[in-house]
Amino acid sequence: MEDVSRDISGEIISVLESVIDKPLDATSEKDLVSDLGMDSIALMNFSMALEDHFDVSIPLDRMAEVETLGDLSDTIENLLRKGK
Amino acid sequence: MSLFSKFDGLRAAHAKLTAAGADPFSVVFEDIVSATEGILHGQRTVLLGTNNYLGLTFDEAGKQASMEAVARHGTGTTGSRIANGSYDGHARLEAELAAFFGRRHGMVFSTGYQANLGILSTLAGKHDHLVIDSDSHASIYDGARLGHAPVVRFRHNDPKDLEKRLARLADEPGEKIIVVEGIYSMLGDSAPLAEICELKRRYGAYLIVDEAHSMGVLGENGRGLAEELGVENDVDFVIGTFSKSLGSVGGFCVSSLEGFETLRIACRPYMFTASLPPAIIASTSRALTIVGEQPELRARLRGNAERLYHGLSAAGFVVGPECSPIVSVIIRDVDKAVAFWNMLLERGLYVNLALPPATPSAAAFLRGSVSASHSEEQIAFAVDVMSEVGRELGLLPSKVTELSARRRDAKDAKEPARPRAAGAGAATA
Repeated sequence: MEDVSRDISGEIISVLESVIDKPLDATSEKDLVSDLGMDSIALMNFSMALEDHFDVSIPLDRMAEVETLGDLSDTIENLLRKGK
Repeated sequence: MSLFSKFDGLRAAHAKLTAAGADPFSVVFEDIVSATEGILHGQRTVLLGTNNYLGLTFDEAGKQASMEAVARHGTGTTGSRIANGSYDGHARLEAELAAFFGRRHGMVFSTGYQANLGILSTLAGKHDHLVIDSDSHASIYDGARLGHAPVVRFRHNDPKDLEKRLARLADEPGEKIIVVEGIYSMLGDSAPLAEICELKRRYGAYLIVDEAHSMGVLGENGRGLAEELGVENDVDFVIGTFSKSLGSVGGFCVSSLEGFETLRIACRPYMFTASLPPAIIASTSRALTIVGEQPELRARLRGNAERLYHGLSAAGFVVGPECSPIVSVIIRDVDKAVAFWNMLLERGLYVNLALPPATPSAAAFLRGSVSASHSEEQIAFAVDVMSEVGRELGLLPSKVTELSARRRDAKDAKEPARPRAAGAGAATA
């Protein structure tokens, strides 16, 4: 049984930090594009790193709805819950 | 705020591009005089970016067939095949395509883009799953998005990553459909199709291969990558285009699966668009015969591709991972790539400028596509003029001695050595 109370946001931020290779002042309200400056290539690399980390595939339509780190956290949490 | 303010960023990027010289999105040739030459700003320009792999746009028999078709059947069909009825030529070309690929069924679309749009959006229903390569062409992304199935992508040409995706879906209901391309359009690399077929079998998935850039190019009979690798039986659907090796416009899908014909009454991008005009059908049919009957065109194409690929590589450029008729020079500095493209145009060489995010990385590509119709002189001209501009922009060392020194340094740093000697621009296949 997956522990969905795990700190998914924290894990997302640490994956993001490893992708961009620097520490980040990130909160769940931060917008991935306007606040964190991610372009489409960075977003793709980031989402693939997250997929590896959480062992899920994030469908493109779900990813398209994501604007903030909080949205991303909710999406991954849903996918983890559904998969278990 | 206005309706168009959402495009402000795009508009700014475009303005920067046009300020640097010509607009790569709006090149207008005054004339096209052969499969490999056009007139631009009054200057004869070598076309090295038009995907005219076999040079069939100027095939005499093809032109004649088109002209006769116009004379006999008129200039257009003025509507869809459902509303206006098919012409005999549509049905015949579908049968010819099916026979060419050794399949039972064939469907013709009005463009290659629509073939992907139609097949992907229709085949994959709400409860199915599409698994696509991350470097897929826009038409694959758009076709996937138009349908109702969830879409996941795997790392480009990475069967291990594909397997992870398939394993995650193993217990999910619904069919799984893998979509890959024979040759990828940006770097000219081909899919590891044998490994992908093995995964497809193991996970009980369907496989669609878009052979747009590989039909007429790979395989003894020109059937593409699946023929080249001997895995045609594992490919459930072949999608392709008429606008590359076949020298016209249009797209198709062939398959042997029972039920395929239902797509004719379910596939909206097939049903609700005007059908191809008779002239196009006639020249395409002729070109398909040539692909099968003239393997020497493929040999000539391969020779030209090798001359360009190895010539540019020997000059010191970073090129794609494998030799194919798509030869891309990778340039990290986007501004230099734009300047490079403009300088080539001024000197009579037309290539494609591919900028991020159309490229799969932060680098820009100068993308060349070779034709069987290019002469050896034209390929040598391309290598020479690209090397000359590369040196002027500081992308290549200005002198041979400098190249040697750089090589020595590279070797010391245990970097992969650059292939072949300096000045070997005319490297032969």
